[in-house]
Amino acid sequence: MIYAGIDIGSNTAKAALIKNNKLFGTHVISTGYNPLKAGIKVFKEVLEKIDILKRNVTAIVSTGYGRATVDFADKTMTEIICHGTGAHFMNSKVRGVIDIGGQDSKAILLDKNGNIENFAMNDKCAAGTGRFLEVMAHALEVNLDQLGDFANKADSPSKISSICTVFAESEVISMIAAQHKRENIIAGIHESAAARIAILAAKVKIKEPVIMTGGVAKNKAMIAALKKRLGCEITAGKLSQENGAIGAAVLASRL
Amino acid sequence: MQDKSSDKSAEKRKIKSAKIMREIMTTYYLDALTAGQNSKQVAWITSGGPVEPLVAMDIIPVYPENHSAMIGASKMGEDLCSKAEDMGYSSDLCSYARADISCSIVKGGPLGGLPKPDMLICCNNICGTVLKWYEIQARLYKVPLFILDTPVCHTQYSPEIAKYVQAQVKEYIIFLEKITKRDFDYDRMVKVGKLAVEAQKLWKKILNTTANKPSPMSAFDAFFFLALIVTLRGTQTAVDFYTKLLEEMEQRIKEDISIIPDEKYRLLWDNLPLWYQLKWLSNKFSDHNACLVADTYTTAWCSALNYTDENDFLNSIAQAYTRIYLNIGIDQMADQVLDMIKFYDVDGFIMHSNRSCKPYSFGQMDIMKIVQEKAKIPVLMIEADMVDPRSFSQSQVETRIDAFMEIIKQRSN
Ligand code: SF4
Repeated sequence: MIYAGIDIGSNTAKAALIKNNKLFGTHVISTGYNPLKAGIKVFKEVLEKIDILKRNVTAIVSTGYGRATVDFADKTMTEIICHGTGAHFMNSKVRGVIDIGGQDSKAILLDKNGNIENFAMNDKCAAGTGRFLEVMAHALEVNLDQLGDFANKADSPSKISSICTVFAESEVISMIAAQHKRENIIAGIHESAAARIAILAAKVKIKEPVIMTGGVAKNKAMIAALKKRLGCEITAGKLSQENGAIGAAVLASRL
Repeated sequence: MQDKSSDKSAEKRKIKSAKIMREIMTTYYLDALTAGQNSKQVAWITSGGPVEPLVAMDIIPVYPENHSAMIGASKMGEDLCSKAEDMGYSSDLCSYARADISCSIVKGGPLGGLPKPDMLICCNNICGTVLKWYEIQARLYKVPLFILDTPVCHTQYSPEIAKYVQAQVKEYIIFLEKITKRDFDYDRMVKVGKLAVEAQKLWKKILNTTANKPSPMSAFDAFFFLALIVTLRGTQTAVDFYTKLLEEMEQRIKEDISIIPDEKYRLLWDNLPLWYQLKWLSNKFSDHNACLVADTYTTAWCSALNYTDENDFLNSIAQAYTRIYLNIGIDQMADQVLDMIKFYDVDGFIMHSNRSCKPYSFGQMDIMKIVQEKAKIPVLMIEADMVDPRSFSQSQVETRIDAFMEIIKQRSN
């Protein structure tokens, strides 16, 4: 039997299919303005990619910020349980999951069976979320996916002391004015975000092995900054961005 | 067909006493608003202040905090809070204070403002904010202010504290005699004291009925029914009302009438409610088949019963009012929370980190750790404010509550 998971984030919409408890296919598109349309589109395209019909899908679970808009899903579930379940499905040894999403960052502690033992999310402030990185990339006129490459070329990371995204942005602008090297500022931004995530990880008393999920996991510099801050090994799989959708599909199979 | 029967069961679930309570509160506020015409005096008093001597002296007590909660529930908090900010008050100031201060000037809110006070009674057993807040109001209304200073009992109620507070209770009586130009009525005080204790005992019994499974009422109901124990403590009205309410709860238990349709999970709440989001929150929980069976906030109005002596009420005021929930150490607060977790047999603990109320929210992290360690139940912290909706993000809070409930469900499987 085939099950689907759809994860509508603030930036990207992801879909995953599983068949006989094995990953069967995934797909990612950008969310755009209309999350419902994005849900329909990403689902249609993943089906086309694998070449199966909609009626062969037994159950669908939706997740992410737009989860409630996916009106054809059988059930909605939060990103926390989906990321936890997805991480456990991909690697059953995983105990800690760090996910930097567009609006929310989270640290999740799993028990040996992949159940959620505890989780912590950022407070209302956007510091340490994907949004923080986006704002900074914009201020520095760098593409979001190039941030990591810039950070890796830093020789002495700048120190960003503001916690608030808005204040941090003006701090960055004054650093630009003071002619700090762009690479150093960007490295400083990564360290600042890592410091915020470390607080979440400490709150749940995260255990190894830790994996990072979500789109930001593609950013190697972010992983390096987190490793340094947490003092532990952190890995990211090839399908880190699709992880929430994969977890949703696994949960659909348990409905 | 189905709609009709679910309508019927929703009707059955409604708490009938709510209507009477609304009438009592309307009468109370009408009395207060027309006090001047009836040559009665009005005292504004903090929610944790000793009200009984006022009742004994026939002074009408008015609670700005209760009024601010009404402002929040009427969704008028944002407007009044931002007006206070326009007057120069910081957005970090407690939203009860902001709403009340601006309401005094612009005469807004659901009542068009509170009746002008003849005196102000401020007890700092709940927080330090009330000191400055009442000083501001004393200047505005040009009325005398009495401050009852109750030191925090981090570990114990020491003889020094006892002596210090007791002396102030005496000064309080002298203050009232001076303002009313009447002798203090000690006989009446004995009666009022007995009524106050009786009402608190009833309140405690009412809150305890939610230990029943399924619960006959929820903390959301307690937030509503709380108004009487706060404002009319020491009167026969409060005793009569709570006697009826208790009967209704006991009857509901007998007939197996629960407040939410299908109670599967039981939760404990910490801190003040989100007055402007009560309905949304209570629906949110009942959609998860979860009932908020108890809270640390409404319990505060009976938690000092152990220190109250109904036969020597006036002399026990000092201790009873000094040792309330917000004026004790973190360890004792955590002990009370752990007791409640056991007594109500809850599956999870939700802590509202309230931007307004610093004394309530400071220390929550420690209590959270203690509870996680000792009670081993999931704990969720959500950030918001009791009156100012600008400090609340619905979608963020929703995701956190949904995730929290998923954990609780996963655990119970
Ligand atoms: S700070 Fe807390 S205790 Fe003090 S008035 Fe505000 S809500 Fe009440």
